[in-house]
Amino acid sequence: MKRSGAQIIWECLVREGVKTVFGYPGGAIMPAYDALLEYPIHHVLVRHEQGAAHAADGYARACGEVGVAIATSGPGATNLVTGISTAMMDSSPIVCITGQVASKFIGYDAFQEVDITGITLPITKHNYLVTDINDLTETLREAFYIARTGRPGPVLVDIAKDVQQASIEWEYDDTPIRLPGYRPDRRPMPKDMQQAAEMIRSAKRPVILAGRGVLLSNAMNELREFAEKTRTPVAMTLLGIGGFPASHPLNLGMMGMHGEAWVNNAIQQSDLLMAFGMRFDDRVTGNLKTYAPGAKKIHVEIDASEINKNVPVDLALIGDLRETLKQLMPHVETCDHNDWIETIDEMKGDSAVLDIQNLPDNGHLYAAHVINDLWRHTNGEALVVSDVGQNQMWAAQYYKHEKPSTYITSGGAGTMGFALPAAIGAKFARPEANVWVICGDGGFQMTQAELSTAAQEGLKINIAVINNGYLGMVRQWQEFFYDKRYSATPMHNPDFVKLADAHGLTGLRVTRRSELEAAVSKAEETEGTVVIDFRVEKEDSVYPMVPSGADLHNMIRRPSPNIIVETNM
Amino acid sequence: MEHTLVMLVEDKPGVLNRIASLFRRRAFNIESLTVGHTEHPGISRMTIVIDGNQTMVDRVTANLYKLVNVIQVADLAGTPSVSRDLALIKVSVTAINRSEVMQLVEVYRSRIVDVANDSLIVEITGDESKINSFVDVLRPFGILEMVRTGVVAMARGVNVALAAANGNGHKPQVEMTVSQERMTTS
Repeated sequence: MKRSGAQIIWECLVREGVKTVFGYPGGAIMPAYDALLEYPIHHVLVRHEQGAAHAADGYARACGEVGVAIATSGPGATNLVTGISTAMMDSSPIVCITGQVASKFIGYDAFQEVDITGITLPITKHNYLVTDINDLTETLREAFYIARTGRPGPVLVDIAKDVQQASIEWEYDDTPIRLPGYRPDRRPMPKDMQQAAEMIRSAKRPVILAGRGVLLSNAMNELREFAEKTRTPVAMTLLGIGGFPASHPLNLGMMGMHGEAWVNNAIQQSDLLMAFGMRFDDRVTGNLKTYAPGAKKIHVEIDASEINKNVPVDLALIGDLRETLKQLMPHVETCDHNDWIETIDEMKGDSAVLDIQNLPDNGHLYAAHVINDLWRHTNGEALVVSDVGQNQMWAAQYYKHEKPSTYITSGGAGTMGFALPAAIGAKFARPEANVWVICGDGGFQMTQAELSTAAQEGLKINIAVINNGYLGMVRQWQEFFYDKRYSATPMHNPDFVKLADAHGLTGLRVTRRSELEAAVSKAEETEGTVVIDFRVEKEDSVYPMVPSGADLHNMIRRPSPNIIVETNM
Repeated sequence: MEHTLVMLVEDKPGVLNRIASLFRRRAFNIESLTVGHTEHPGISRMTIVIDGNQTMVDRVTANLYKLVNVIQVADLAGTPSVSRDLALIKVSVTAINRSEVMQLVEVYRSRIVDVANDSLIVEITGDESKINSFVDVLRPFGILEMVRTGVVAMARGVNVALAAANGNGHKPQVEMTVSQERMTTS
């Protein structure tokens, strides 16, 4: 059959199972948009291409399928860049399709020409420029395959306008993909399994460090079985949240810069760290020189380039986490580790969650209360998409997750403005989910134009703006490390209730804790997207905190009569 | 310590850029880099010399393997191998010292590829140290211009560093290579 390049794009996407794409049209991608009308794919018109990339990312994180973003050449393509790098840092499978000027103009600085494959080279898993219609099918198939396999990541396909306009006699090519240099399916060796089992058997104070790899390899059940059989406590990275049930007796909680004191102290005192699908980010380790000094380390990781990158390990098992745990299980023996678990339980008495109780309920509204109450009122079942900064850390600390893919946030890149567009993508991936955005007043304004997208699509999302009138996390660092010199952090904000109203959406305001429950209920009952402006305490901080580059056990604690600074390890 | 990495890559637009970009992005230093065709159409062979310890070489190797167009990587350090660099050196000569230069050319088993009234172009092939030594010897005569190809290298004997380069017309292997296997810990 005869097909244009534009039609081939959608023919391929349909065969990849794509039902929703996020994008923004423009000159160089117009042939593709014209052909789109003939295909059963829903296009979501974002208000800025950054939103399209984040929405594709949120979609991928919510359901595990590849998210798709479409943009035109030049500024359309460069606007995707932040979203692509966000997906790259958090191993999120997305495919970005960009229009490019006609191939005969490439290299001549044509109108809206930009070298997007050059620009995105270091922030994509792979990228392509297509200048021949005969390469188009193979390229798109490879793009989806590369995005979703191995360590997932973003792939960009830049398609010249004349390729979209050309036509060929076409049939879908479903022969196996041949990429001689791409080996996503490495397996650890049996002898390493035995060595791992031996290390686990002789450990007295083991800790599992569970990262995003648990979710990406769908290893929740295997992790749980492994942790239970070896009776090993599980600490999670920010992106590992949901990979292990929060209510499980072996769950420690989040580790790292804003992790609970007992989690970080357990890691520091451990004699065996088992890192499962995590990459020892600096926000997780603190000072590398003093990181878990007495611990042997086993690193299970699909990406060989992560081995020994930040933390030298004693044994690396390179491969898919789920497969590796399945193979490892028969080798490990049942353990109890009663003494170790008791030791950790004793440390739990000194907990930051108690911070919530320490906060005086004197009519002021604290972010920790907002999020903890939100957790209670939503039965812990919401799909929470948080932004970046204090709101993100409070969301990670005070909203407890039992299931995978119920907490979505930009971890590695720390991209402010991520939450709202990502939540739009997540809602399309899981329409039945109760999607709550938790964001600050700063991050919300970065991509608040996507409120129009939510309104146009008739989406039901609830947005909790933790509004403290500051760029809160920067303000907190200024308070702690820059003598309270609040340079460029106070914000004069628009009226978020009126802003919602201007979009034909519902806006609510909460200034006291007593008003919270009614507002949350109202939001959940209201049709369409709701913005709640939570006017929280202005100069509140996230505790505990490991200052950047400090030892993991040296945490700044909330000033109170009893607890000042935690230093014991 | 210097490590010589030999690698097979797909001969596609932008591959050299991907590899160069990787070295820049991860702050790995390249001492020399060469690239050229192999006996297999569509596959190029690169020789990259880097200075670093084994941990760094393992990192470089693992990162190179993350590039979709990189088929195989092997580190020749510790493997008996032949490495060669080629230089063209234009040296200033006079009627008086021309024969002296020509004697040196003889001693170094290099050859003269161009003769002019007041200059010679000498071609020399060898390992880096031989060429460095020759350059030092010629320097007093006045080197007008010099170009070097950078190192190319190959394992000795039937020990084939790169499976696809074994001359038997084999397609690139998808199995793990020696250097990938070694990517465990020490």
